[in-house]
Amino acid sequence: MKRHRCYFLVGLSSLWVIAFLGGCSRIPLLDPKGPVGDSERFLIIAAFVLMLIVVIPVFIMAFWFARKYRASNHETDYAPKWSRSFKLELTIWLVPIAIVTALGILGAIETYHLDPYKPIANGHKPVAIEAVSLDWKWLFIYPDRNIATVNQLVFPAKVPLSFRITSDTVMTSFFIPRLGSQIYAMAGMETRLHLMAAEPGTYEGQNQQFSGKGYSDMFFKAIAVSPKEFEAWVQKARQSPDRLDLAQFEKLRKPSLGCPVTYFSSVRPELFDRIIDKYAKTRDGNSNAMIKKFGSAQIKAAASEGN
Amino acid sequence: MTTDASTIDSVRTEEIEHPDTIANQAFGFWLYLMSDLVLFATIFATFAVLRHNYAGGPTGKDLFHLPYVFGETMVLLFSSATYGLVVLAMRQGNKALVLRWLVVTFLLGLGFISMEINEFYHLILDGNGPGISGFLSAFFTLVGTHGTHVAFGLMWMAVMMGQIIAKGLTSPVQSRLLRLSMFWHFLDIVWIGVFTVVYLMGVM
Amino acid sequence: MFGRLSLSAIPFDYHITMIAVGGSILLGLAILALITYYGKWTYLWKEWLTSVDHKKIGIMYIILALVMLLRGFSDAILMRSQQAIAAGTSQGFLTPDHFNQIFSAHGTIMIVFMAMPFLVGLMNIAVPQQIGARDVAFPFMNSLSLWLTAAGALLVMVSLGLGEFSKAGWSGYAPLTELKYSPGTGTDYWIWAFQIAGIGSLLTSINFLVTIIKMRAPGMSLMRMPIFVWTASATILLMLFAFPVLTAALAMLTLDRYLGMHFFTNSLGGNMMMYVNLFWMWGHPEVYIVILPAFGIFSEVVATFSGKRLFGYTSMVWATAAIMILSFVVWLHHFFTMGASPDVNVFFGITTMMIAVPTGVKVFNWLFTMYRGRIRFTSPMYWTVGFIVTFVIGGMAGVLLASPPADYVLHNSLFLIAHFHNMLIPGALFGFFAGYTYWFPKAIGFRLNEEWGKRAFWCWIIGFYLAFMPLYVLGFMGMPRRMDHYANTAWHPLLLVAASGAGVILLGIFSQMVQLFVSIRERNTARDLTGDPWDGRTLEWATSSPPAVYNFARIPVVHDIDAFADMKEKGIVHQRPDRYHDIRMPKNTAKGFVIGALTFLFGFAMIWYIWWLAIVAAVGILITVIARAADDDTEYTIPAAEVEQIESRRYRETASTASSHLSGGENTPEPLPQV
Repeated sequence: MKRHRCYFLVGLSSLWVIAFLGGCSRIPLLDPKGPVGDSERFLIIAAFVLMLIVVIPVFIMAFWFARKYRASNHETDYAPKWSRSFKLELTIWLVPIAIVTALGILGAIETYHLDPYKPIANGHKPVAIEAVSLDWKWLFIYPDRNIATVNQLVFPAKVPLSFRITSDTVMTSFFIPRLGSQIYAMAGMETRLHLMAAEPGTYEGQNQQFSGKGYSDMFFKAIAVSPKEFEAWVQKARQSPDRLDLAQFEKLRKPSLGCPVTYFSSVRPELFDRIIDKYAKTRDGNSNAMIKKFGSAQIKAAASEGN
Repeated sequence: MTTDASTIDSVRTEEIEHPDTIANQAFGFWLYLMSDLVLFATIFATFAVLRHNYAGGPTGKDLFHLPYVFGETMVLLFSSATYGLVVLAMRQGNKALVLRWLVVTFLLGLGFISMEINEFYHLILDGNGPGISGFLSAFFTLVGTHGTHVAFGLMWMAVMMGQIIAKGLTSPVQSRLLRLSMFWHFLDIVWIGVFTVVYLMGVM
Repeated sequence: MFGRLSLSAIPFDYHITMIAVGGSILLGLAILALITYYGKWTYLWKEWLTSVDHKKIGIMYIILALVMLLRGFSDAILMRSQQAIAAGTSQGFLTPDHFNQIFSAHGTIMIVFMAMPFLVGLMNIAVPQQIGARDVAFPFMNSLSLWLTAAGALLVMVSLGLGEFSKAGWSGYAPLTELKYSPGTGTDYWIWAFQIAGIGSLLTSINFLVTIIKMRAPGMSLMRMPIFVWTASATILLMLFAFPVLTAALAMLTLDRYLGMHFFTNSLGGNMMMYVNLFWMWGHPEVYIVILPAFGIFSEVVATFSGKRLFGYTSMVWATAAIMILSFVVWLHHFFTMGASPDVNVFFGITTMMIAVPTGVKVFNWLFTMYRGRIRFTSPMYWTVGFIVTFVIGGMAGVLLASPPADYVLHNSLFLIAHFHNMLIPGALFGFFAGYTYWFPKAIGFRLNEEWGKRAFWCWIIGFYLAFMPLYVLGFMGMPRRMDHYANTAWHPLLLVAASGAGVILLGIFSQMVQLFVSIRERNTARDLTGDPWDGRTLEWATSSPPAVYNFARIPVVHDIDAFADMKEKGIVHQRPDRYHDIRMPKNTAKGFVIGALTFLFGFAMIWYIWWLAIVAAVGILITVIARAADDDTEYTIPAAEVEQIESRRYRETASTASSHLSGGENTPEPLPQV
């Protein structure tokens, strides 16, 4: 048992060393490229270190006691009735409570600080992006620029990004690991996310909530560029022959695998809101939003007149 | 804390050699009722979440007729009272009286169910079925789950009437009547919740 | 006539599946042929299928669990192989549809049809004996629970060859599981198997709660109960209050799918977030249901094999209660990323972190039990020490995930998969394996081969590290869960390591199969003739191995914690009573089996829309239940003379062992104290 335990420890540690020797730059969560990711990494490492206070004694005691108190070793004292110790029990309750309190406070502070709905304020005007998950691709609408893309997100580095997110299919999760937090995209609802890239680069974006057959294909490139390059790119998108009107959107939202990167040079206004409203539709076919605006009686009147 | 083996031995071991089946059955049934309460609580919670999801369709105010529901409630509450009379008669050992009040309770329960089915039937006929909106799904399911429980209670009552006629008021039969009593009163309490949360608060 | 069932339901183009189906059918036929050849049908029916004896029901539960472990593990091997191959442009050998069914089946089977039956089976064998009872409170209902669970398992197995299984994960999130996005039979198989098994579990919880509260031996106050009984109590309280939530949630999803309702749909007023909340309101207590019995087993094992009282018994009881209560207020940590406000996320993050405290207390108490003990390293002890060391790694990962912002980047990644497998395998499964080895001689009458047991342990633990430590790293590298193929080749090397781990675990499972075979073949050299093969401390070791149908001829009187150790110390163990009583025991009945079979038919009919069959099955169930309820003749008497005969034979066997102390063979533990 003793011999095997040594092999054990060696094997275990080497695995970790190998993994991390690969270089932290290959591990996105440990080498984030934005302030959100940075804070999240700090939290993870801090929590890990605090917990070692409990875990390392456990490892030591497990191996030490197993070895020392084995039955064949008659040199130790055998205390079969020793089963209480107020001091020890107080310690094993209080130390973990202290650690959990510290972690709880830290976690609470960071949760408020890293609330996805909280805008990032750094003096620059945020870039607004509306993300819609479809089967099985991502649609990104830039409402202020009147362009849209499929499966590619381009944005200026060092500028806050303000996402409105929804889904035109099942529940999905919008995630760019190197930049930070993910958040679910759900039909008929809007979630918000705020991210920022600290430097230019090309990052992986993905769907982190299983959504069916083409789920494994829902990856996109999130490309952070300089503000000048961004404007140039917007111009390039405006040259695209494709326009995202309602008919084109209906074609796009049909389930498909392996959708290529596409640019749209114009977008139907308020398309994002329409997508959400679709699910709030009534059985008469009117959307909830319209009812709120006009009142249901008037809609019924208008509908009967129109027919 | 040691106790002399021999003194405990003779008394308690005699008890424990023959487990108190009737008490155990009652206790077990209570536990089942508590789990059923959690089931109802879950459906109540879902109703609470979906209660305004009309999807442009009718609301509670549009659909519920409080006097009718009041009538249903009185029928059910009376049936609980008459079941109380069943148990009193059972304690007196009066088989004929037990059967009589059981029949009355059964008919009242049947009346409740009929009124509920009638309500559902008309709603569906008018195009306001459970598939119209989240609100209506939750309504039909909450009220319907309660109604299904009542229906099973009625089946149980019928079986008990058969058992009483065939075997008389034996100890197992009495034990079952008591459990049915717990079930019936429990359904009453749940109905108070339904009546309040769904109907009263629905038309406010 | 057959609803939507037709020959096209057989998945001819899934070659792997067809091989599995063919193999299963052949194996099934072989087993039927063997039973016929040895003329054991009557024996099987009378002694096992219609049994209401908790000991036999426990054994059947464990057989079910072990069979489903093989099925669930085959799914695991397929997934690891696929991910080891499908890197870059490769699509692997499994289509997405197939892969998606495999991971959904894997999770469903392992939790609902492996872990639950395993723990319920161990509770069935141990708890009544540990509290000095003759059986559980409701033996018929015990049998019914077993057959309902088996019905659910059978539905999952049938989905292999007829139709498909769910492609929406074991958690079945809406709206993916709604008719619009999952129109086939897959989700329906999942719903009905889950629902039916859930009812079985609920009945078990009622049964055991009454048993533990009402049927303890005289003198056994709550604070003198064996610690396994305490964890079993917490487990069944969790089951009692959590399963109804699942029943309601699945029922509402069923109504959405069958009657076009809008509980969780995208449109017309459905709220998919409600499904997620309800599922996890059950789901989180469920994982504590799975782990608490394992904790109880480790407590028993560590005390027995350290030759010492469990350290901090009172602390352990309070820690168990704390875990039980807290497990009801943490469920939101499964979806921190669903967009709740920081207020909400903080609350649930803190409650989740709090659970680490009582769990940590338990770990230290086990270690202090070993301290100043005389530790015998039998294979249950191996499982225990392996658990202590490995489980805390997963615990760390859990506390990490409990912090909402950390979860924002780790949710649904392979880090999460590594964390929960770290809890379930070294935690729950090792505990069940330890319990299986520990109580095997009690249930069956001879010990399991220790050599193969230890080989199995090493393969499992090494395999576990190889298979799951890379997943922690992959989570940090941004790899999501449930990928059937991936373009990022940087993930490939670690997935190869993980696949090798699965291979090593396969060797472990193989070792366990060999262990069983060898143990049966050599059973006469490892017979447990005293009923106490391990020098145990609790009452189950006072009965014979296997026990008489009534467990105890006279219900023992308890004076202290570790009642049996206390009796041995006082020299009053195996005292023959002055006289024996008649003993009333419950009669066997086929009704549990029949209701289980009818429930299977009902589920099958609902899945395939064979409405007439569903009605017939439902009516059949109702009639059988009413028939049982009308049956007042459910017990039989064992006359005192027969009890005396059985007991005398037992004492002769025990005496012959004690007088001729044999210490030959590696399987015999250290010499037992003289009785």
